Parts: sequence; C-alpha cells; structure tokens
Amino acid sequence: MPLDPEEVAHVALLARLGLDGEERRRMGADLDRILDHVSALQRADISDVPETAQVGALVNVWREDVPAGSLSQEQALANAPDTDGEYFKVGAIQE
Amino acid sequence: MTAPATVDTGYEVVIGLEVHAQLLTRSKMFCSCSAAYTTAPPNSNTCPVCLGLPGALPVINRQAVEMTVRTALALNCEIPPFTKFDRKNYFYPDLPKGYQISQYDLPLSQDGHLEFDVDGVRTRCGVTRVHLEEDTGTMHHAGDVLQEATSSLVDLNRCGVPLMEIVGEPDLRSADAAREYLVRLRQILVYIGVNDGNLEEGSLRCDANVSLRVRGATELGTKVEVKNMNSFRAVHHAITFEIERQARVLDDGGALVQETRGWVEARGATVSQRSKEMAHDYRYFPEPDLPPLQLGRDLVESIRAAIPELPEARAARFSSQYGLSAYDAAVLTGVRAEADTYEALVDAGVSAKVAANWQMGDVAALANEHHVALADSGLGVGGLAALLALVESGAINGSTAKELLSELYIVGGDPAALVTERGLGQVGDAAQLAAVVAEVIEANPKACADFRGGREAALQSLVGQVMKATRGRADARMVTTLLRERLSG
Amino acid sequence: MSSAGLTAAAMAAALRRGEVTPQELLADARAQVSRLDSSLNAFLALTDDLADRQAERATEMLRDDRLGAGPLCGIPVALKDVLCVEGYPTTAGSRILENFRPPYTATAVQRLIDAGAVPVGKTNCDEFAMGSSTENSAYGTVGNPWDVERVPGGSSGGSAAAVGAGMVPISYGTDTGGSIRQPASLCGVVGFKPTYGRVSRYGLIAFASSLDQVGPFAHSVEDAAVAYAVVAGNDPRDSTSVIDAVEDPLSALRDGVRGMRLGVPREYMGDGLEAGVRERVTEAIRVLEELGATVEEVSLPSTELGLSTYYIIAPAECSSNLARYDGVRFGMRVERPSLTETYLRTRDQGFGNEVKRRVMLGTYALSSGYYDAYYRRAQKVRTVIAREFDAVFETVDALVCPTSPKVAFTTGAIQDPVEMYLNDALTIPVNLAGLPGISLPCGFSDELPVGLQVIAPRLQDARVFRVAAAYEAATEWHRHRAPLVAA
Repeated sequence: MPLDPEEVAHVALLARLGLDGEERRRMGADLDRILDHVSALQRADISDVPETAQVGALVNVWREDVPAGSLSQEQALANAPDTDGEYFKVGAIQE
Repeated sequence: MTAPATVDTGYEVVIGLEVHAQLLTRSKMFCSCSAAYTTAPPNSNTCPVCLGLPGALPVINRQAVEMTVRTALALNCEIPPFTKFDRKNYFYPDLPKGYQISQYDLPLSQDGHLEFDVDGVRTRCGVTRVHLEEDTGTMHHAGDVLQEATSSLVDLNRCGVPLMEIVGEPDLRSADAAREYLVRLRQILVYIGVNDGNLEEGSLRCDANVSLRVRGATELGTKVEVKNMNSFRAVHHAITFEIERQARVLDDGGALVQETRGWVEARGATVSQRSKEMAHDYRYFPEPDLPPLQLGRDLVESIRAAIPELPEARAARFSSQYGLSAYDAAVLTGVRAEADTYEALVDAGVSAKVAANWQMGDVAALANEHHVALADSGLGVGGLAALLALVESGAINGSTAKELLSELYIVGGDPAALVTERGLGQVGDAAQLAAVVAEVIEANPKACADFRGGREAALQSLVGQVMKATRGRADARMVTTLLRERLSG
Repeated sequence: MSSAGLTAAAMAAALRRGEVTPQELLADARAQVSRLDSSLNAFLALTDDLADRQAERATEMLRDDRLGAGPLCGIPVALKDVLCVEGYPTTAGSRILENFRPPYTATAVQRLIDAGAVPVGKTNCDEFAMGSSTENSAYGTVGNPWDVERVPGGSSGGSAAAVGAGMVPISYGTDTGGSIRQPASLCGVVGFKPTYGRVSRYGLIAFASSLDQVGPFAHSVEDAAVAYAVVAGNDPRDSTSVIDAVEDPLSALRDGVRGMRLGVPREYMGDGLEAGVRERVTEAIRVLEELGATVEEVSLPSTELGLSTYYIIAPAECSSNLARYDGVRFGMRVERPSLTETYLRTRDQGFGNEVKRRVMLGTYALSSGYYDAYYRRAQKVRTVIAREFDAVFETVDALVCPTSPKVAFTTGAIQDPVEMYLNDALTIPVNLAGLPGISLPCGFSDELPVGLQVIAPRLQDARVFRVAAAYEAATEWHRHRAPLVAA
C-alpha cells in the first residue's frame, strides 16, 4: 500500500524533517519502493518466535552510585550554535 | 486562605494522580554527574552522556533501580522477573537526545496500592505501576509567558537525574482524597529515604487526571490532565476548580475537551495549555544501549527486608506499645526522624507519656523557633533524656526543666551538672519547707483566714508565695500538703 | 624507500630493529596521503598534532622496555570519522556536524593512543555510516585504489581506501550491515567485524546501536588480528560490551584448517552473484578443502529476509539515534522564528538524502499503527535468522562465502536505493545475529578485487582469524597492492 502524501508529511513532522514539496514526493516514492521490498517480512512464519532487541545474553549491567567529574560549563557550551555564556539559547518555543 | 468547600456537583468525580519523584541518589541515572544539581552554575553539571553528545552511552545506576524497587514494595507492588528500558521519542530543547530513556511495556513494578484515611474513612487507591526514567533539563523563558517568549535558555544540569514515575489508578473520588493520597505517598517516599518530598522545588511533582461522570455511569468521562501544582494546597485547589469547571460545562449541556490544563496560582484557575498541539506519537521501542534487568528474588527480598517500618504501622505500634493516643502516635510517627527520636528517648529510660508530651510540646516549639531538630541541637536526644530523667526522679521540677531546656537546646551541656552548679535542685526536704511554710502563714493572715473560712482558692495563693520564696524550686505537691496540715491543725 | 604498502607487522619489526622511527613511518604516511588523496579523498581531516605527539610517545615506549610497547606502537593508523577524538573535528560524514569537536575520546581510540599507535587522520565515510559506496558523504566521494573512478564500497570507504592505497597499514571502520567487510572486499584488503559487543561503542557516533561494531582494516589477517586485539575488551562505559575475557586472536593463527568443518550457505551462492565473484570464491573454498577442511553445503533459509529485517531495525534505531541533531547543543543550526521551524530546516539542510530516507523509514516503522507490522515483526525475524545460524553451527565450525555479490562499481552507477541495499545482502545477516566475520582478498575479477567472507559463532572471533589465516598462508592475493601504491 503506497504512502499517501499526508502520511509522508506526518512522518516528516514526527521526524522533524522539513521536506519541501518535491522532496516529499520523491521521498514518498522511495519509501514505497523500500516498503514494497520489506513486505517480504509479512510472509515470514514468526508464530511463537520471541523478539530480539539485542544479541547476546547480558542482563543487569549497571554501575555503582558514585559521582565522578563533569565537563566545565565552557566545555559543555563549546559546540553550541548559540549561547548567552551560561545557557544554550534557542528561539521561541511558540508553535 | 482557607480551602474552598467541596461542592456536591451531582457528578461522580474520578481522579488519578501521576507522581514524579526525583531519587536521592548521589549520581545521575545513566552517567556519573552529581545528582545534586541545584547549586551548580548552569550547564556545569553535565557530561557527554547527559548532554546527549554523539557517541555517548548510558549506564544504569544500580542504586536508582534499588530505590525504585524499595518504593514499589512499600506501595505493595509486584516486581516482575524481567524488566527493560525503552526510548520515548520526542523533540524538545530540554531533552538532549531527542528521546527520554523510560520504561514502557515492562516496568520495574506494577499492581500495587496505597491505603489512607479521608475524613476518617479508610480509602484505597490502586498503584498501576512504579517505573524508572531520567529527568529532563530545565528551560528559562525570556518573559513570563511561554507563548510570548522570543527566546528560551536551556540548562541541562538536571538532565539525567533519576526520576521515578508513580502512576495511580483513577480510584480517587474527591479533591480531599487526592490530597490525602499525595500526603500519604509523600510521607512514605520521604520515610524510606528515596525522595526529599519538596513539591515547591519540584523534586516531587504531581499531575492529576480529572473527569466527571453521571453518578452510576460505568464509562469514564472525558479526561483532563492538570499540571503545575506545586503544593498540597495547589493540588486541592486545582482539582476543586477543575471539578467545578467541568460540572458547569456539563450542566450547560456542553462537552469537555480532552486536554492538558495548567494550574495558575495567581488566577486561582486552570488554563488550557493547548498551543497548536502536535500529534504525539512517542514511538517507544526497547533501548538498544541497555541490556534488560532480571531482578532475582534474593535481591528483591533483600530490598524488602531493608524497608523501614512505615508510618502507619509505626503509629499503630506506638499506640499499643507506648499507650499513646492515636493522635499523638500519628504526630510522632509522621516524620521518620521524629519517631526515631521518640524511641531513642524511651529507650534512654524516659517514660512514654513524658517523652511524648515534651517532644510534641516544648521541644517542637524550640525546634521550630531555631529551625534545628532536636537530634541536631546542642542538647541532642541524649541531653533531653538526661534532663527528663531529672524531672522524673523529682530532682528538678517542670518549670526548672523548661528553663534549662531552652537554655541548653542550642549551646548544650550536662543538665545534672548545671542543676548542681546553680543549686536548682528541687527543695523537697520537709523540715526546710516547713520553715518556709511557717513564714508564709505568718505573713499572710488574711489568706489563711479565707482558706479556713472555706475558700479553696486562697490555698493557691499561699502555695504561690512559698514557690516565690524558694525561687520556684519547691516541690509544689509537698508544699500543698504542708499548708493543709498547718491550716487545718 | 617508502614504507607505503608494508604490513604493520613488517613496520613493527623494522621499528624494533631500529631501521626506521615512528616519525619516519608517519612522514611516509603523510607523503602517501598528500600524493594520493587529491584523487581518493579518503581523509576528511588530518590529526597532525595528535600524530606528532603519539610518534614521540611511541619513540619513548620503544626505547624503554618497561613501557611495554605493543605491536601497534609507532604504527600509523586512520580512524573512520564516526569515532570521537577529543578536540578534533568529528563529522560522521555529515554537514550537520561540520564544526563539531567532541570534548571526549572514544574508548577504542583511547586504547590505540595508550598502545602508542599514531592516528594520522579521520577518514571519509557515508553520512552516519549509512551507505555501501561512500557516495553519501557530505564531503565528496572516495575513489577505489584499484580504479579511482569506482567506489571503494561503504560505509567505511575512506578507511578501506586508506589501507588499500598504502597510506596507513591499519585503519578502523564500523560495520552495521557490512560497512567494514564490503569495502574491504572492494578495495582488496582484509576487514574484520568482531562479535557484537567485543569492541566498545563508547564514543562511536551511533547509526544502529544493536548492530554497530568497530573493527580494523589491514593488509594481512595477522595485522587485522593484532589491530582487533588492541581495541577489544570490556568497557564499563558501554553496557552492551561483552564481559568475558577476549580470546587471543593470534593464538590459533597458525593452527590451519585441517579437520575443520566449513559450511557454504547455499543462499549466499545464489543468482545475485557476479560470475567473477562466484568463480573466485569457489576457488577459494577449494583451497580450504585442499588444506584439509571438510566443506559442505548448508542452508540458511531466511537469508533472503535479512535485508528486509535490517532495513526496518537499522532505520528504526537510527531515527531515534539521530534525534539529537537538533541544532541546540552542537552542530549546524538553521535559525527560524519558531523552534519547530528551526528543527525542520536544520535537519532538512543538515542531513543528506539517504539519512533522511532512513530516518523517515524508521520513524514510520515505529509509529503508532505500524510498530507491530514492521518493527516487532522485524525483531522476530531477527530471532529466526539468529537461530538458523545457531543451527548451522551445530554441524559446521565456520561458514565461508562471498562478502559482496559484486566487485567495485563505477561511482554514480547505482541510483536506486534498494539496488544499493542489495550490496549488503551477504553481510547483513551476520550483524543481525551479532557474529564475527571477516573479508579477505581471494583474487580478482576484471582486475578488481574479490573478497572471501568467513563467519563464525558468537565470541569465536579467533576461529575467524584461524580460517582466514590458513587461506592467506596458502595464497598470494594479500600481497597484491593497487598499482597506485608504488607509483
């Protein structure tokens, strides 16, 4: 089932990708093509098969509650596109 | 300002609370930054992990898991053998990774409950689940109102602090019940040492889902989520407001909108937070960076064994073991340190009644006045026990003890030594007192005549004269007996 | 004479004999880079200060026996630009990280630094390691050392080309669906993908967390084993890191394959193979048989589903892993009046087409209403695929098969995304099951290298090296260098 343009737009918004009209159309076509290929999954016999989220049998991997050092404020902000010297700065939240 | 009276709206009120509690761990949930973030300069309590830098990976804080299990057990939850973390995906500047590590379909615990009294009626509220996640950063908006701010500032010091979410069932039927649930829940969290209970500063946060339905209806009404309630009072006011607002809408034949509303203290109202709301789709999936947890029975039972006696059970024991009234027992057990102090006093030999009266009376007043608990005061629990031992043995009387208490509370000192040094010991020697009594009778013929004429009150003034002459140290009971003997002889 | 094209083992021996210094090896590496990289574009940045410091350090270590200089001490290495090195640009081949300098160093890189290796620079790659040709880099395509008009494979194309062109004897890449083995195959070098969790991912810019694994490129199996051993081992900063001690990959290197049972999965020799690839791999299998291994055909029936499974799981994880590129704390930002618009434009302009495609695909597969049909189903098929490997490894010790169905293709020749994805059809199942796998040269087809893939059960990384070393010792393919190395 091909994705309709609204669906593509919805997914793009969820992913915060501002695709323009032409790009959105092309993206829809690409996704259709890929989803068509992966539709092979729908034929697989997976009754009573558990899911694999990770390989390996690790459980209970944790650390003790011991604080260690942090980065300095300067280091934390060093890569930021915009700061006021103490905080990361972003534009209006208003939607 | 008093709480608004609960109005009977004719509808059944259905309330469920979602409580978020920061855990009192030393380090953050998934990295080794300090969890004590409040005093650090902005963005100075961060690392590649909690900044969400490319390539950084989370590692579970074991203590946070154990504290969550402790909480869940205190709330009568089950601990499933298998649990995992999931990613909750959404974009916001206070969420650096673009996802929050949380728990979705297999939480650390589920199916618990909490019992409490509402106006003397035993009430039970289900606890759907207690799960573990990470806190977000904080935002400061230029200007007061989010919608009008032109820019926002992001501080990630708080980001990654362990956060426990306690989801309550929609079993609460009034604003009073909601408040009592929260009071009891907070008490337990503080009691078991997992949270500091500070609603004002947000280390404990409460959201309420409120809906109304016609009495007798089985389907739930349209649910409104109320946020921004920073005190017990705010919780009560906001829910009361919301109940009345919804009732008015329904009375007018209107329909409610499922939405999130914020409590605005200054306006005494809940206000819709609907901006141009984006469709939420959190796309939860298992966190691939963290292997699952399998908490064995042994671990769970060792955590259970370490849970202290909870306040309600302790109050019941105080009543039966120490013969205290239900009220006194509740007051003394409300705060764990207070209850511990009380038991330390009793263990030190102070009688149960005397310990209770002093602790709830003069000691509480001094603690309040100086903002120092007894345990942290100069006197300390041991000093108070020594002081009260002097009272109980008759070595000093009550008023002397009160004076010494306020003097020693901050500076400390040995009460017995001070009594000897200053000659404050109670005058209980019959011969010594008899001489003073004789002098007082001699000096107050009118009062003596009044008493002999049948006026009991006159005796009190004579006792007062004796106390004055002994600078308050006389044994008042012995003085009374002596006076009666002499005046009726 | 330049050391370009020598193995690390040969360089290490020369260092110990005092015939060459780390500084001279570094100078040779730099000369080779400056001579060839204008046409190959294998490097995105040179880490000159770090390299000089490390050459100095290596000199110290080699001089003083107590400092325990290991086999990579003084050896020039290159790092795929998805590995964080404190203070040096780390872009993951993406515009969105153009000016990013991480304040910390990846564990794998730190282990190299501690071992006295000399990181020459950061290598080009497909953006966020998404691709099979390195054409998806925001910083230009990479030439294949055997024919610069052709792709080096991907996504670790820069690392493969850097070794293939004799710029460095050892480089590191990452393999999520074949991104080490496939470019190794196309560039005529050895490329090893360890068991998932053997090498720490801390400081590796994530593509798909449950699949990503760091591994080396080299001219020889022994070099690859050494390069792997230096970076392998548990890291408390990576919770998915294997805890058991690493088996010494050199221990079985000379044991040969006599008596070993090798399986050839029927599905890996199917119609999709180019004739030349089929011929070379068939010859290679015959060599192993002549060396005393028993070879039998086996079946991994769900192989065909590997690609579909991968193209749900990897994009799903990447859609989440790439959410942090929002222009707030680092990287590029396209400022717009509202926050949402800023996000939309930043990510639209910061990401390239393939990344956007996968983020879209993954977001879709996880979104409400589609999760069960795509993501959950893919996770179950992943189990099926892993179980089929388990079953096969009941009867054989290792699998041998082609790495890539085709040799290096001309840059720009493949435009269709699904056709491009098919390049990884034979490498992806290994990642889904978390197995170790290697690609090593096994001859040429139309003068372009062909790779032989060896796959072993989880944690049997040493067995992969054993089989590969036996083949290598019996053949001369690993001695071939691309003509431009010496030119």
